Amino acid sequence: MAAERGFAAEACVGQVVLPGDLLLLPASYGEDAEGERLRLSAGAAPAGRLLCGPGLRRSGAGLLVTKCGLLRHRPAGGGAYWVDSQQKRYVPVKGDHVIGIVTAKAGDVFKLDVGGSEPASLSYLAFEGATKRNRPNVQVGDLIYGQFLVANKDMEPEMVCIDSSGKSSGMGIIGQDGFLFKVSLGLIRKLLAPKSEIIQELSQLYPFELVLGMNGRIWVKAKTVQQTLVIVNILEACEYMTAEQRRQALAKLSGN
Amino acid sequence: FMQRGLDSQTKKQLEEEEKKIISEEHWYLDVPDLKEKESCIIEERSFVPCEDLVYGRMSFKGFNPEIEKLMIQMNSKCKEEEIEVDDKMEADVSDEEMARRYETLVGTIGKKFLRKRDQRVLEDDDEDDDVDEDRNSNIIPSKKAKKMFLKPQD
Repeated sequence: MAAERGFAAEACVGQVVLPGDLLLLPASYGEDAEGERLRLSAGAAPAGRLLCGPGLRRSGAGLLVTKCGLLRHRPAGGGAYWVDSQQKRYVPVKGDHVIGIVTAKAGDVFKLDVGGSEPASLSYLAFEGATKRNRPNVQVGDLIYGQFLVANKDMEPEMVCIDSSGKSSGMGIIGQDGFLFKVSLGLIRKLLAPKSEIIQELSQLYPFELVLGMNGRIWVKAKTVQQTLVIVNILEACEYMTAEQRRQALAKLSGN
Repeated sequence: FMQRGLDSQTKKQLEEEEKKIISEEHWYLDVPDLKEKESCIIEERSFVPCEDLVYGRMSFKGFNPEIEKLMIQMNSKCKEEEIEVDDKMEADVSDEEMARRYETLVGTIGKKFLRKRDQRVLEDDDEDDDVDEDRNSNIIPSKKAKKMFLKPQD
């Protein structure tokens, strides 16, 4: 039996948790031994399965914290708990969409640098409409937007540029021009949140195109070099700016 | 070791002996079977389902129209928003007009399938329509006479 007592998971939502903390879940998520309680408690049965997100591991009756950060909870769809932590280094995760840079062509396979511990491999057949005769035109130094097919600590990560139905749906080689830069992973999540304020405010400025990779890389393209650089500077700086400061900066720009 | 001329009985004996030897050598656990516990917790290492992150490729103010189309597609798939196409199509023709047209339609197509005798009757009808109404009563019995079966006189 662990020496430390566990805390109720619901009580810790929004607070800082440290690795090694044990979070206890309500009895309804318990295993067969507590199945009787499930039947007795009326209306407390969970709608679905609980999602134990990044930073948490399943251990016995509760969740064990493995990263330090804020505990977040989402009650919808069966409930989900995860730890909101900040980091700059990306660890490949299956299903994530990332921007990779082609570093080598080894026969039928391209090696991509995704910012992880090893280069990911991408087969030339993993593009939409690619066959042995019809090869995609990929050169060393190209940018590719794809998702991970295989990503665990034991194997080399593999990427593909098509989804499960065989369509590319936006993935593949990212076009010419544009600017690639790196930010922290927390900012990417802020930008990708549904109805992100930063994105909404930026979209009012001028037409541009944006590709966000979960590995911290952002690619921006606008009509002129100056506009592109403006957007890059705003995105880099808005990690540490408050909402007010950001609006002031944007107001100055749109006034110019 | 397997000899051709071996009797079936001796074969069976040999097999049984083999099985005995094997079962003694087989290792097994003395521990009772563990119950498989179905856990209700799924482990997920990606942030995307937790925070409902949107698709990473975006375009604004018409810079890249294909990507804008894609944005709408992907984000509506995620959120499963509204805009369920109405199952009933709005009727172009009102019900009353439909009923009227249908009535006349039945008549016109019905004429096509009438036998010759009836067609002649119809033609007379059309001609007689122009005649005064007073004569209608005279005309009708004659039509009836035509239609009725005339018994052959012996």
